[in-house]
Amino acid sequence: MSEQIPFKKPNSHADAWASPVSQLKVSDLPAGAVNLNVEGRQLTGPIRGFGQLWQKTFWIPLTGVKATPVEVIQTWKTNFQKFWPEGNKFYNSAAGIAPGNVAVLNMSGAGGIKAPDGATLLSTGIMVIYADDESFSFMTPQGHMFAGMITFSAFDVAGSTVAHIRAIIRANDPFFEMTFRLGFGHKVENQFWRDTLQNLAAHYGVTGQAQQEIVCVDPKVQWGEARNIWHNSAIRTGAYMLLTPMRWVQGKFKRQVA
Amino acid sequence: MSQTNVIMKVRPVNGKTFFIDIQGDVNANAENALVDAYNQATSAGAKDIILNFAQLDYMNSSGIGLLVTLLIRAKRQNQQLLACHLGEHYRQIFELTRLNEAIDIYDTEADVLRAIPIAR
Repeated sequence: MSEQIPFKKPNSHADAWASPVSQLKVSDLPAGAVNLNVEGRQLTGPIRGFGQLWQKTFWIPLTGVKATPVEVIQTWKTNFQKFWPEGNKFYNSAAGIAPGNVAVLNMSGAGGIKAPDGATLLSTGIMVIYADDESFSFMTPQGHMFAGMITFSAFDVAGSTVAHIRAIIRANDPFFEMTFRLGFGHKVENQFWRDTLQNLAAHYGVTGQAQQEIVCVDPKVQWGEARNIWHNSAIRTGAYMLLTPMRWVQGKFKRQVA
Repeated sequence: MSQTNVIMKVRPVNGKTFFIDIQGDVNANAENALVDAYNQATSAGAKDIILNFAQLDYMNSSGIGLLVTLLIRAKRQNQQLLACHLGEHYRQIFELTRLNEAIDIYDTEADVLRAIPIAR
């Protein structure tokens, strides 16, 4: 998208950014959230991932909507979970989307595979690294599908508010890179964000197709990061779910012994 | 509609080392100015590109994203990206986003120029 994006500085520069953290800490999660692969993890980002580096841009004009960019971003922050495609959960703390907050993601449709009864197939998270009145950004931890940053923004183009997403991401490890190389990883990812924008637009009564621009910034993989697979959230979540009956039996046995 | 509020000046030190002096705001609107400055330095033969943040007013997360893609472009051209005059607040942001692991940061122009022969 080539339009210039009107930009308004936040009132306090320092308040818009999160402080550096050595490890993520999760708090205030609702019951039912599967909190795996987030607590104690480090942030990664596009410098650290394994796979090809992609810049993905998605946008949708909210034609005819009177809401200003600030109002759209406020709505987006408040209803972030609601605009996600069905079957995927974004568990935020009570403080909402604010710099430094960590959210847990429970995905049941990752990679295009649907779990029975919407069970969680993959648990991971994000940290809000930046938030001002007209944009907010997430960064991903070790084990997430992507190592990268994703920015959600809204701006005015010729009197119409445009909702916009830009991701700068690499697959975090060889497993996730394989899903992208095979095609379905990208397909699901791109559809996910187009659906999110279309759900946001639908909230304002706008029907339309979100647009996208996908650019491969770096076609090379970073073999030095191949060991990131140790933290792979899909593998770890799968192992956790498979071992759930064993943990249940073990717990029952311990209680009887006690 | 355009709200570009940044000026980027390319300043050669020698045939291989160039400063990009950044004045104003680094946000999504700075993309063209940054790419133009980078292309100007690259076409002049730059091997070391120093981002001088002495007159940086503000940088948001879109601006950090621009630096990430610039870094990757520079790496692909076997160029080294460095930075100087980055305030404490933005040093923390480089740390948060891990850009500090890929872009060496120095206090002053003199410091970065002293370091280049060692770094290369």
